[in-house]
Amino acid sequence: MATKSICLYFQVHQPDRLRLFRFFDIGADDHYFDDFDNSAIVRRVAAKCYLPMNRLLLDLIKANGKNFKVTFSVSGTAIEQFRLYAPEVLESFKALAATGCAEFLAETYSHSLASLASAAEFKDQVRLHAQTIESEFGVKPKAFRNTELIYSDEIGEMVAAMGYRTMLTEGAKHVLGWKSPNYVYTNPLNPKLRLLLKNSALSDDIAFRFSNTAWSEWPLTAEKYTGWLAEALAGDDIVNLFMDYETFGEHQKAASGIFDFFKALPAEVFKRKDIGFVTASEAAKKHEPVAELNVPFPISWADEERDTSAWLGNELQREAFNKLYALEAKVRRCGDEHLLKVFRRLQESDHLYYMCTKFFSDGAVHSYFNPYDTPYEAFINYMNVLSDFEIRVAGHTKKK
Amino acid sequence: MKVLMFGWEFPPHISGGLGTACYGITKGLAANGVDVLFVMPSASGDEDQSSAKIINASDVAVYDTFTNIDEYLGKVQFLRVGSNIMPYISPEDYSLLSEEERHFQTMEFSTHFRSKYKFSGKYGANLMEEVSRYAMVGGAIAAENDFDVIHAHDWLTYLAGIAAKRVSGKPLVVHVHATEFDRDGENYNTVVYDIEQRGMREADKVITVSDWTRNIVINRYGIDASKVVTVHNAVDFSGRDDIKVNRTVKEKVVTFLGRVTLQKGPEYFIEAARKVLDRCDNVRFVMAGSGDLLNRSVRRVAQLGMADKFHFTGFLRGADVQRMFAYSDVYVMPSVSEPFGISPLEAMISNVPTIISKQSGVAEVLRHAIKVDFWDIDALADSIYALVTYPSIAKVASEKGYEEVSTLKWNNAAAKMKAVYTDAINKE
Repeated sequence: MATKSICLYFQVHQPDRLRLFRFFDIGADDHYFDDFDNSAIVRRVAAKCYLPMNRLLLDLIKANGKNFKVTFSVSGTAIEQFRLYAPEVLESFKALAATGCAEFLAETYSHSLASLASAAEFKDQVRLHAQTIESEFGVKPKAFRNTELIYSDEIGEMVAAMGYRTMLTEGAKHVLGWKSPNYVYTNPLNPKLRLLLKNSALSDDIAFRFSNTAWSEWPLTAEKYTGWLAEALAGDDIVNLFMDYETFGEHQKAASGIFDFFKALPAEVFKRKDIGFVTASEAAKKHEPVAELNVPFPISWADEERDTSAWLGNELQREAFNKLYALEAKVRRCGDEHLLKVFRRLQESDHLYYMCTKFFSDGAVHSYFNPYDTPYEAFINYMNVLSDFEIRVAGHTKKK
Repeated sequence: MKVLMFGWEFPPHISGGLGTACYGITKGLAANGVDVLFVMPSASGDEDQSSAKIINASDVAVYDTFTNIDEYLGKVQFLRVGSNIMPYISPEDYSLLSEEERHFQTMEFSTHFRSKYKFSGKYGANLMEEVSRYAMVGGAIAAENDFDVIHAHDWLTYLAGIAAKRVSGKPLVVHVHATEFDRDGENYNTVVYDIEQRGMREADKVITVSDWTRNIVINRYGIDASKVVTVHNAVDFSGRDDIKVNRTVKEKVVTFLGRVTLQKGPEYFIEAARKVLDRCDNVRFVMAGSGDLLNRSVRRVAQLGMADKFHFTGFLRGADVQRMFAYSDVYVMPSVSEPFGISPLEAMISNVPTIISKQSGVAEVLRHAIKVDFWDIDALADSIYALVTYPSIAKVASEKGYEEVSTLKWNNAAAKMKAVYTDAINKE
């Protein structure tokens, strides 16, 4: 009987990248998104990551009965792109959902920072996302994870009030102090909400270090890694391995051996009789919380700082963010489906991430994901789009 | 380590950026424990000698006893051609200037002659002779002094560097601050090109001020890539006074400051200005500087019907340059080919948000300047529009740009040069 747990959770998300939108286009053109780029990228990632990895997970689940389990969050944006450009990916997720061994989490539909701006918008997006997940995969989500694991006491309270009992976040050192991320914690404002904390070191061994030949532990084998997991679990309850799903085949290329590594991992883990795999909701039920965790200021899984500075760290980002959410009331008053949809797409946190000026600490990670050469270009393009959107909203209001 | 350095000018009497760069380099080298003997054609005696010993080439007699370089000197003398070539200006430009814009020429270049070459008398008429004579003096100085390595700045001093190498047998490092291709595109001056190429070929190591220039040296001059090393320029703004100006116009001011020549891309600035003015009226444009494209630029501005919003200042010097920056809200450098480009750094140290072309060396070291392709007028217009429209981007670019420029130190650049010297010496 396994008393110790491993929770594997993968974030699946694709942003709606903006097309090059010059200021001459303001008021002249309302097509904001780079459909060509977006379709090309989602197809590429589907071929390199989503399809082969879903296949691998399905095989592992079939081979191990009900013992191998995984948890996903799939953003609404990603689902829409799959529908349009890669429906076979959606089918493969449905096949995973049908096994009952894959849990799908709730989140904000647009992978947005709404939790930091507007409770009403946040709740609307979470509801919309939960409905979408249920209609796509046939299961109503029970556990929650916010965009990029952003979490604070207050956000947790909002989430609990919406009926969720489990939430995932980062095991941020500045919050944990001497405490271990390898236990279940609770929200201090609503203790019914249980928290699962990412084990950064062990997650990043796979997500960031796996193919780094300069790393002293390279090459990483399933056997060695399982040894580390067992070590971490010697005294503790659970290791939460949270990462981008694109780790498999996209960030870590197939040639690095990442698929072979992962294929061999469950068998290695099962050799240790006391360790088993759980989904996020199972984890929260199985392990008793050890303490409350106080998080007065928002944390996330991004960058060294593990805070929200990757999206709101400089004035470019804050201006874009404030200008965007200043439009919320007007957009709602319009009651126009299309405008609301565009408004949500413009909320995707990625747009702000591209404007980050933290070049040095995590510059490499930032530039990997960034379609722009500089944060200034990202800001200029986004503000041009937003200026046009503002004109459209004002025009609609006038018409009414 | 001791370096024999050949320059053409040194503060306080300078006409271009080369003298300022040499000053920064000698100070940086001194901080890195390298002794510098700095040779220049005509020192005035008031140069700052704290970091380099200045040798005035016009005080040095050329002995006739250097039989081993006689043949070489003969070749040097053979280069004595009667063209009116001036540093950084091709003969074509020069004759154009003297014919069409005689008043500009005297205004702009009279100080140039007076301050640096008044002792020579015939310098203006015959730069090539100066260059050749400098080479002979270079050989003489090399024979009289002790040093480990020779460092020559730009083509004017390459022959002196070669002579010094022949006499002393010490390794030669030539430093490329600009090439004939940057100045004149495809219509380059072949005499200058030949000297440049000769210097690079005879050098043990070539230092370029950017990767942009490094590529030109490798591809256009056919120099072996393994001996060409990029050391980016730095800047020294210590002792600079803040200038306060009274803004008399309420609009945002967007500035082009530099020579109005093909190399600097003034026409792209003008076309972009029209596009911006089509969309917003809270902006004015200023073109500060003069050059052979100035008249054409004035005509084009009139043609586009924006002369009420687009202003020309003519050539600015000294404190007026700094005043112009203080007056600006956006600085634009749309250069077609810029080996490095110091002026964006001056703009940024004056807290002015800056847009530079990707075809400039300085783009390789700046993260907080907005970068566009020089030909991409739409991107340029868009960037200008954003900087005058959205306060936060101007603020961030200004603050972060200031911080960034403050970190570009000659000490770091000089440390890299020292490593190049060491390589050259060990190779011997």
